[in-house]
Amino acid sequence: MTGETTVRKAETIPIAESNDVVRVRQQVRVLALEVGFSLVDQTKVVTAASELGRNTLEHGHGGHAEISIIDNGVKRGIKMSFRDNGPGIADIALAMTDGYTSGKGMGLGLSGSKRLMNEFELTSEVGVGTTVTVARWK
Amino acid sequence: MVIMKTLLQTLQDNGDRIVADWTHSLRSATQRKDLLSERDLESQAADLFKAIVKVPAETKISEFGSPAWRPVKDLVATLSVSRANLGFSPTETALFVLSIKPAIFGTIRQEWGSDPDRLFSEITVADSFIDKLSLHSTESYIGGRDRVIARQQEDMLELSTPVVTLWDGIVALPLIGTLDSARTQVVMETLLQAIVDTNSRVAIIDITGVPTVDTLVAQHLLKTITAARLMGAECILSGIRPQIAQTIVHLGIDLQQIATKAKLADAFRLALEQTGRRVTRIDGAQAAQAAKAAKAAL
Repeated sequence: MTGETTVRKAETIPIAESNDVVRVRQQVRVLALEVGFSLVDQTKVVTAASELGRNTLEHGHGGHAEISIIDNGVKRGIKMSFRDNGPGIADIALAMTDGYTSGKGMGLGLSGSKRLMNEFELTSEVGVGTTVTVARWK
Repeated sequence: MVIMKTLLQTLQDNGDRIVADWTHSLRSATQRKDLLSERDLESQAADLFKAIVKVPAETKISEFGSPAWRPVKDLVATLSVSRANLGFSPTETALFVLSIKPAIFGTIRQEWGSDPDRLFSEITVADSFIDKLSLHSTESYIGGRDRVIARQQEDMLELSTPVVTLWDGIVALPLIGTLDSARTQVVMETLLQAIVDTNSRVAIIDITGVPTVDTLVAQHLLKTITAARLMGAECILSGIRPQIAQTIVHLGIDLQQIATKAKLADAFRLALEQTGRRVTRIDGAQAAQAAKAAKAAL
């Protein structure tokens, strides 16, 4: 993150079933509206939340989403952290490749989310879990 | 071990008065006369009391799970579920059972009022019994509510996937709301079935009402479109709003193999063309003639 980033508002939502992904999406939309994102940017952020939330559910076998409004003094934005204690990702570069999937999806969730957001950070340890943190500035 | 024997006998002997007292307190308590008539309420109270009196005298109250209590529990469950369906609140439902307490306690006092120890033990027995019954009532009520919710969810699944025939051989599926696995499965099946039933060659899937199109939704759409193709029908995807279009591009979803349109009207025009039709404007004289023919047809 650039500059002094302060967290204005944070919420944690557990992800354990597919309805929770819908809840994450709805909550992200509420926060995105509060930040004042345009309709296009709102849709981008919500879609990224949907992708990453579903990854947490399907690949990480459930976890948490932490959504927050951030502020670096000049701009406001939205930051989302998706954490799971799943099997982890052995080859991050491969996982980030368009079209590669370890499941049955399209293999565009991770790479697509990266393109939808301004900041993207993925940390993973095999057998421990995965955390994906993304942010988008207004 | 507490045994109901003497208490049950007493209740049986005073049955008529207890029911009278109970219905009296039911009537004065805030009951929902708009949902349940007074007569129904009274007959339910009488039925429930009859079931209580029928429990074998040697039954132990600590064994609320024993078969002897089954008829009473079943009756309470049925009444509670019907109240859940009628729209009673959980409190109102539990109150129906709880409101028998004063009537029963009054009877106990009359019988054993001179013997405090006995009075206390009988009241304890009756109290714990009625509490268990009312808890059972609440549990059944929640169960009934759960079933109502499950039914509504099923209704919604069906409601939200109407396939409409736009023209001979052209069907449209306007999608509204969140597309998650369960719904998408229903959507896909309804559309494919409608294609067969109406013998359609073109199917329009309109996603104007879908707030988020992520890779899962896109994948479901692509699968549906592929399946429709296998059946000989072409699909047109319409209702792609600007924000959805940009998101799809960023996600990297390839929709180039699919005919897409921004508006349903455009998709319909394309569908007409694909089935060898065209919409044309007609000139003055012809228009008058057509209007006349239309009137005659009425």
